[in-house]
Amino acid sequence: MKTIKGRVWKYGDDVNTDVIFPGKYTYTVSDPAEMAQYALEDLDPSFAGNVQPGDIIVAGKNWGNGSSREQAVVCLTESGVGAIIAKSFARIYGRNCINNALPAITNAEAVDAIEHGEIIEIDMNAGEIRCAAGTFHFPPYPADVMAIIDAGGLVAYTRQKLAEQAA
Amino acid sequence: MPQTFAEKILAKKAGLASVQPGQIVEVTPDTALSHDNAAPIYGIFKKMGGKKIYDPDMIAIVLDHAAPAPSTKHAENHRIIREFVREQGVTHFYDVGRGICHQVLVEEGLSLPGELVLGSDSHTPHAGVMGAFAAGIGRSEMASIWALGKLWLRVPESLKIVVHGQLAPGVTAKDLALTVIGDLGNDGALYMSVEWYGEAIAAMSLESRAVLPNLMAEMGAKNSYIPSDQVVLDYLEGRAKRTFEPVYPDAGASYARELNYDAGRIEPVIAAPHRVDNVRPLSAFAGVHVDEAYLGTCSNGRLEDLAAAASVLKGRKVAPGTRLIVTPASSQVYLEALKAGYIQTFVEAGAMVESPGCGACMGNHMGVPAVGDVVISTANRNFRGRMGTRDSEIYLGSPYVVAAAAVAGEIVHPKDL
Repeated sequence: MKTIKGRVWKYGDDVNTDVIFPGKYTYTVSDPAEMAQYALEDLDPSFAGNVQPGDIIVAGKNWGNGSSREQAVVCLTESGVGAIIAKSFARIYGRNCINNALPAITNAEAVDAIEHGEIIEIDMNAGEIRCAAGTFHFPPYPADVMAIIDAGGLVAYTRQKLAEQAA
Repeated sequence: MPQTFAEKILAKKAGLASVQPGQIVEVTPDTALSHDNAAPIYGIFKKMGGKKIYDPDMIAIVLDHAAPAPSTKHAENHRIIREFVREQGVTHFYDVGRGICHQVLVEEGLSLPGELVLGSDSHTPHAGVMGAFAAGIGRSEMASIWALGKLWLRVPESLKIVVHGQLAPGVTAKDLALTVIGDLGNDGALYMSVEWYGEAIAAMSLESRAVLPNLMAEMGAKNSYIPSDQVVLDYLEGRAKRTFEPVYPDAGASYARELNYDAGRIEPVIAAPHRVDNVRPLSAFAGVHVDEAYLGTCSNGRLEDLAAAASVLKGRKVAPGTRLIVTPASSQVYLEALKAGYIQTFVEAGAMVESPGCGACMGNHMGVPAVGDVVISTANRNFRGRMGTRDSEIYLGSPYVVAAAAVAGEIVHPKDL
């Protein structure tokens, strides 16, 4: 996997899915590209208009708690977000990240050290976060999980498997 | 080595002798549950190159999130699902009006002891009330299950909660669950399997017990399990859709954490805006004006909950300036509440009774608050914006507390009415 480099959007603890992607849009907005314009609407209204491809979200504990809605990940991938670093991820949210090939990295020390707005770099192969405060390490995903990310997400992964079965 | 419930059932389902927490296993669910999101899931399934679903008997679809449809867009969503169900021959389909998926799964005998339930809804752990392993997953994951019949799961660490003694009258499973969430925090069981034991649990009705695994989603749990006892087996008599084999944890299994609660010390509590773990005694909020009281949802919309509310509302009126909205969790609950006279009590008190489903809980329709409104609800989630507008406040409590607030127009202890 690649290296991700971008500007940091830093948020606090316990950011839930209702503020990442409000529930009222879950059955009215179905175009993934359109989801980006509602990303973090109830958390940070400045985000959707200013986020750049490759930007990285850095957050406290339990990012993405609440609903299982996958739009709360898709609205970010569609915004161009390259990765999320958090102190911890809500379980389903973490799974949804993997399934949409969005690296979700858990590293509390890095979160404390990284400043809002700075440019940081994540090397997925080396398992390194490089920021102004120094270099932080994270363990790689298990092989079964990495296979999904490497395939480009669960959709692509399943398509490969179905093709193998048909062959 | 003795195994916890999660370890034992995931090893069994993966065809392994034993598993360790942290291990990744590949498993085939007995029931794969989705709701109104089956339409987007079908879209993902097609994007995956899926043609025929792996097993039409495995899939359960319950239309509940916007039921009946409040807009053409929602109706269109339902139409796509009905078409999918016909095309693919999905066996277990419940159209709008049947109720909330988690309640319907239990009533229809599709969540059984020793079974594995995966659902594209965060409150899927609810099904653990029947002794199943039940966890929430995302939409792509559900689409992948439709295509391949299996999914990866990480074996969770386990948390054991033992509740000694008995709850006092007027104190409910909701108060117990919220107390635990308040103590442990909204990530207190992150990634974990939560097992419930003790005399208080054994003495509870199934309806009360269901509140516990349902609410554990709000503590970050992957699943939550109550050992299936005679009460469960009796309920499933003539109801279970399949034969089943219960799974029980081994004595001496290793738990990441064990907690003991004295049920007698639990008191009525409230989860205040905007967090489910912002839990304090009911008395701390006495006098808070309430614009809307909401009785329903998968956490507390069952017959017992309606009975509790009716016992408070009987012969009383909803306060002027306050609305009471009742949304039964299922058509079966609705019918039983009709027969028992609770619906009449609600309407006589001035309440609105809506058709079974998720209703206003996640802001779709049938009773969403206005900007600035204060809501007291029996739901399981009070996040900012949850019911539609970020500028409302949602307090969570038991059916007794919600009904009492409707009568008083403010938060009050039911005994002080």
